[in-house]
Amino acid sequence: MNPTFSERLAALIPRLAPLWGALGFLFIWWLVVTMKVIDPVLLPSPADSFKALWKGMFGGTLLHDFLRTVTRTIFSFVIAVAIAVPLGIVLGSSDKIYRGIEFIIDFFRSTPASAMFPLFLVLFGVGEKTKIAVAAFGAALVILFNVAYGVMNARKLRQLAAKVMGASKTRVLLDVTFWESMPQTFVGMRSGVSLALVIVIVAEMFIGSTDGLGQRVINSQMIFDMPEMYASIFAAGALGYGLNLLFLVIERKFVHWGGK
Amino acid sequence: MTSSPIDLKNALEGPAASGPSDHRWYPPGTHITVRGLSKRFGATTLYDNFDLDIPRGQLISVFGPNGCGKSTLINMMSGILPFDAGQVLFDGKDLKDTRIGYVFQNYREAMFPWLRAIDNLRYPLKFLKLSKGEMDARVDRIIARFDVKIDLNRYPYELSGGQQQSVSIMRALIVEPEVLFMDEPFSALDYEMTLFMREQLQKVFMETRTTTLLVSHDLEEAVHLADKILLLTRKPTRVADYVPFDAPRPRDTETLSSPDFVRVKAHSLEVFQREVRKS
Repeated sequence: MNPTFSERLAALIPRLAPLWGALGFLFIWWLVVTMKVIDPVLLPSPADSFKALWKGMFGGTLLHDFLRTVTRTIFSFVIAVAIAVPLGIVLGSSDKIYRGIEFIIDFFRSTPASAMFPLFLVLFGVGEKTKIAVAAFGAALVILFNVAYGVMNARKLRQLAAKVMGASKTRVLLDVTFWESMPQTFVGMRSGVSLALVIVIVAEMFIGSTDGLGQRVINSQMIFDMPEMYASIFAAGALGYGLNLLFLVIERKFVHWGGK
Repeated sequence: MTSSPIDLKNALEGPAASGPSDHRWYPPGTHITVRGLSKRFGATTLYDNFDLDIPRGQLISVFGPNGCGKSTLINMMSGILPFDAGQVLFDGKDLKDTRIGYVFQNYREAMFPWLRAIDNLRYPLKFLKLSKGEMDARVDRIIARFDVKIDLNRYPYELSGGQQQSVSIMRALIVEPEVLFMDEPFSALDYEMTLFMREQLQKVFMETRTTTLLVSHDLEEAVHLADKILLLTRKPTRVADYVPFDAPRPRDTETLSSPDFVRVKAHSLEVFQREVRKS
């Protein structure tokens, strides 16, 4: 039996819930602007901001900056994964090694990556390399920590099952432990890519940049082009949200057994 | 008593060639010999100089008081758990030269959820150095033998508990093991499924006659399936009794009320209770 129209509508309402929040937010924004609670120079109307966003993305230079930031984030993320995943598996599979360096990893993971900017500037100079290196550094530590944790908490029974079927230590690592660590690895990758984005944006603001969303935000702030600044912020927000969503979708597809 | 000439030779000479340990005699038709097995956990001695013979082609149930180390025994024999001293030989061979199958109680954690059921089934074959054709033949054979209606292209978590444990048993049998170890394989299943699985297990056992060790915490199940029931004492664990039960197979639910079954079960229960009270 097909659901009636009203039934379908009823089923749709909960899924539209996030929309109410967004509309409410825009309404309050609009209200604040119309009632001139805040100086209109500081807070342009939603319409002006989205107009700037639209024009910048389609025909303007915002798209270029957006893509620069995406490229830097993805690049540093890929470097971080390439280093952190194999290293995390090795570290996690040896209790002795892990216990020895747990403190160091935890320490640097807890150190704000922005505090490392000057050091990386000295090492890599004022350029593209520094931004990517700091972001990759921050992301790699988060990913490393999660992968190692996932490996350490792999179900012993599955490893035993493989062992009793005749798998060598290396095979157990590749066939079981690696897969067992996947759910936790994805948690790490999701936090890693978010952190990489944060670091890239900050780096674009302060480390001699000529493009990127971070540089665009700070430039429009300096020339008081507020619609442009809000447009850049929204673009950065959309990028962060989009990356997180993308990783969630990949995770659900790839780690299909997670939580089951 | 029937036995192959090779068994007889083994029986006469004992496992003398294989090491410095005891050369104690064992009866013809013996498949697995456990000699001088010792295992301590901290200050407690679980096994001390434990000896056991497992006859070829029989299904042995292992039953005993809680914590006496039923699972520990088969885990040591199957190489999952190291032991402090002693020797376990299969036809005079070491474990590493022996093909074994192991079925865990917790099928959910023993299957690989990232592989489809069919690939779970194929997994142990990759350690046997078989040709592609032979691998496929093995898979087809085991599926035919088990004849359960399972969609093997599904992932394990999409199957019912009974189906998952069936796949898990098939995975243990696909390598055509010399010995099959089962650690309370049906205790996570409901009674209906348990009866069905016992039937399945018996069917496969009658066809393959694989020497099988079955740990059970259910005396009815232990007796129902076994050719011999190994009753263990409290720790330090020894053999309390080794009771034969030779009712004809296939055994069904009617066997459960046959006089022979009732007698063997009553005797086993008596031994069990005597051991429990000893503490």
